[in-house]
Amino acid sequence: MKWIEKQRNIIDFTLSSLLRRKTKNIALVFVYTVIVFVLASVVFFSHSIKKEASIILQGSPEIIVQRLSAGMHALIPEEYVSGIAKIRGVTSVTGRLWGYYYEPTARANFTLLSPEEQPGEGNIMAGEGVLRVLHASPGDILSLTSYKGEQVSLRVKGSLPTSSSLVSADLILISEGDFRNIFGFSKGLFTDLALRVRNPRERVTIAKKIKELYPDARPIIRDEILRTYDSVFNWRSGLLLMVMTGAILAFIIFAWDKATGLSAEERREIGILKAVGWETSDILLMKFWEGASMSLSSFLGGVILAYFHVFFTSSALFAPVLKGWSVLYPEFRLTPFIDVGGVMTLFFLTVLPYTVATIIPSWRAAIVDPDSVMR
Amino acid sequence: MSIGRMTHIRKSSVFLSYLLVNLCVLFALFVHAMLNVREAKPALEGKSALVRSLGLTDLCLFSEASYTRHLSLADFSTPFQDCPLSLEHFPSGSVVEPPEHLREMAPGDADR
Repeated sequence: MKWIEKQRNIIDFTLSSLLRRKTKNIALVFVYTVIVFVLASVVFFSHSIKKEASIILQGSPEIIVQRLSAGMHALIPEEYVSGIAKIRGVTSVTGRLWGYYYEPTARANFTLLSPEEQPGEGNIMAGEGVLRVLHASPGDILSLTSYKGEQVSLRVKGSLPTSSSLVSADLILISEGDFRNIFGFSKGLFTDLALRVRNPRERVTIAKKIKELYPDARPIIRDEILRTYDSVFNWRSGLLLMVMTGAILAFIIFAWDKATGLSAEERREIGILKAVGWETSDILLMKFWEGASMSLSSFLGGVILAYFHVFFTSSALFAPVLKGWSVLYPEFRLTPFIDVGGVMTLFFLTVLPYTVATIIPSWRAAIVDPDSVMR
Repeated sequence: MSIGRMTHIRKSSVFLSYLLVNLCVLFALFVHAMLNVREAKPALEGKSALVRSLGLTDLCLFSEASYTRHLSLADFSTPFQDCPLSLEHFPSGSVVEPPEHLREMAPGDADR
């Protein structure tokens, strides 16, 4: 109890001392909270989207086969389907029909896809983003321009679930006939092929066999698709590096300023405390509480605000960066997968250095003769 | 509590209470996260089922350029297909890296 009372007395004194320089310290806590907020938002956002992508994209095709011609993606002929289907271990080969459609009135890019379950000739199913930017709803008629410049009228039969916006916001599901009519794809040509294989461990071997059979083919296995989103939101990626570099540099300047010296007022305060009988250990304890109180308050405030930012406002501050020039951006709310390791790392990278940076110069001032410190 | 007693509340009590409230809020948010993850399981399975039935490969995050819309299907030449010397210029292209499988290619795979 005596120990607790001593700590509380020192905290009382420390807080009074901090309140004497109220404006400066409030500004410090504000900047510190903002830095933690940005870093924690990045940690929450990147971990959640990586986790969500890894779960959702488990359903993507096991192998995608594209064809390259003159270094560009080219349409793949039907013969490839029968050739690849003969490879041992391949259970199914499906020709996929999909492409991009630029809608000049909305200035948005859509992805047109002809699924196995067709919506019927003259009908489409549209993603939440498509309907939003075109101000359309189920039952409306949309007009798309074909490669010949002719208008193709399509009825919106229904919409894709809003909850799946993260994967389907820009999708328009269309029948095979309408798709071929709009893009001028001849019968027997596909955008690429989707494969299912019997044994997942054979994917790499099958991909190699496809490459041997058709040297102009480009197989992409599901593991590569999954790893793509893991690396996109990795700390080394451009997006995160850009945000984190700024925040970390600000924090280094901040801690460096604290570590390199005390103000004349702070030195005089230490001198007076030593002169009235405070031990060096008491002064260090006071400085520890000064650093800890500011960094802990900022850390907790920053992490709480970041949680609200990412999971309640759908990362509103990151949206302009992710949007770029695109008109169509999905409205999605991330599932709050918490990276406890990431939060702990953030704690050790922000609270500890600042607290240590507060103690070191005070220790240097506290071991000197009080008389010389006060001068 | 009388006003007289309130004026004598110790600063350490206010500070420690503030920390405690913050810790409780943080704990509540972590519980909120756990419950939400549990609740979101059917929705995530639904999204995965949609991905499976439509054969989708990518998240619809950056729809401004083909190589960022379908990031996992991008190859080395996609950003330059508009015309010769059409340098990569979309904002999203500067915030995302090329897919890992392009950066970790085996020698001889240069046509990817």
